[in-house]
Amino acid sequence: MIKFPAGNDRHEGRGRGGLLRRLVMPLVFCFVAFWTTCPHALEVPALKGRVNDYAGMISPGVRVQLEKELADFERSDSTQIVILTIDSLEGESLEEFSIKAAETWKIGRKGKDNGAILLVVKKERKTRIEVGRGLEGKLTDLTAGRIVQLVVNPQFKRGDFDGGFSSGVRAMIDATRGEFKADAAKTRSAKKGSPISALPFLIFGAIFLLVLGRISRVLGGGAGLVGFSAMGFLLGLSLVTVVLLGVLGLVLGIFLPFLFGGPFRGGGGFGPGGYWTGGGSSGGGGFDIGGGFSGGGGDFGGGGASGDW
Amino acid sequence: MRRSFLYGVIALAMMMLTGCGYNTIQENDEAVKAAWGDVEASYQRRNDLVPNLVETVKAYAKHESETLQAVTDARARVGSVQISKDMIGNPQAMAQYQQAQSSMGGALSRLLLVAENYPDLKANQNFRDLQNQLEGTENRINVARTRYNKAVQTFNTSIRVFPNNLTNMFMLKLPQKEPFKAEAGAEKAPKVKF
Repeated sequence: MIKFPAGNDRHEGRGRGGLLRRLVMPLVFCFVAFWTTCPHALEVPALKGRVNDYAGMISPGVRVQLEKELADFERSDSTQIVILTIDSLEGESLEEFSIKAAETWKIGRKGKDNGAILLVVKKERKTRIEVGRGLEGKLTDLTAGRIVQLVVNPQFKRGDFDGGFSSGVRAMIDATRGEFKADAAKTRSAKKGSPISALPFLIFGAIFLLVLGRISRVLGGGAGLVGFSAMGFLLGLSLVTVVLLGVLGLVLGIFLPFLFGGPFRGGGGFGPGGYWTGGGSSGGGGFDIGGGFSGGGGDFGGGGASGDW
Repeated sequence: MRRSFLYGVIALAMMMLTGCGYNTIQENDEAVKAAWGDVEASYQRRNDLVPNLVETVKAYAKHESETLQAVTDARARVGSVQISKDMIGNPQAMAQYQQAQSSMGGALSRLLLVAENYPDLKANQNFRDLQNQLEGTENRINVARTRYNKAVQTFNTSIRVFPNNLTNMFMLKLPQKEPFKAEAGAEKAPKVKF
């Protein structure tokens, strides 16, 4: 009989090592994931407004003018265009920095994805227009490329930064005008609780009700009433809906067990309905144009064009 | 009473399904598929530009037929290697796909390099437009690939962490997904100069 002491040893070692690895590997994996997702690269500066002139290339007068033009355009078309100038890329590639800025700022409305960024790097003498997915039809790579190479960069080359920014922004506005319309009523979009994520809780709640309802009708009805109105309240529904949900819960709690047949164990008449309070209706709010400026959740897919000057 | 116990067990099972990452895994799986769709779309976009580009270059650089032929061949090869969404987890298929696309990228960059020798071609507006579009498409491919890899990473992590790994082991049995691998220069975007 041939022995394999080494193999045996290794096998034993693997048993212990396996447990260790199972504990350590996820940690290592998390660590690696953490390090790869936050590369040590140029930070995207804060979004100050529509004109973020971190490189100091635009004169104050033109700056005010640009802010106004872009704000007006957003008011009429809901399309957001933002200018960003930075001093240097510090070795990062223009396109990578640009998409990072787009992902950080999320310019453009959610769902419409109608944002665009005019990015200018002073030291490397580079210009890029980053185009949101919703605008790719009008502001194509080609159109963006022509704006960069034929409108903006020639003026930059001559040292006329104000002129380059003004005509560049105007060209971008002209290209995208009419693609989107501002919403008539600016209501805040639905809160986080989407119907899909609420579904498991609903099913779970229904089964819970069934159980309670079989024990006692009062218990089931009460639980339905409280549970359903609480759910409505948490989802940020209006007062009327919450009340209706409460009634639905009450009815379900009492009658759901009927549907599943079988005699009731406990008797008990209909309990008092009780009263419900509150039901916070979410106010209009919406997108304020006067005060702070922020992106609206627009998505970018890497469309746009770059050029050197 | 026994029946209500049964209902209780069902309710508990429902709660555990939402608590043990079943839904998370499903969501991440879908996210990977969506990201893959973007990758394919942007590669397709590049492919669609090729015939036009070849025609334009041909008009000015007739005797570069070898380079032109290489691009046409690469395009045909890319067309024959398609990955359905269920095959994302298959390393061989992934490697094949990636290889085909990277040879396409290589052929294209050689073509653009050759074009540098023809001033008339470089001045042609049609060619410049195509270059613009090609450049934009390469960037989209990059972005789509990066996002796909991120989605894959999220998915792979979500089937490995506890308790999701148990859920996957016993219920879903989804394999790890394959990310794009960085290539040594082959997949570099063609340098487009103006």
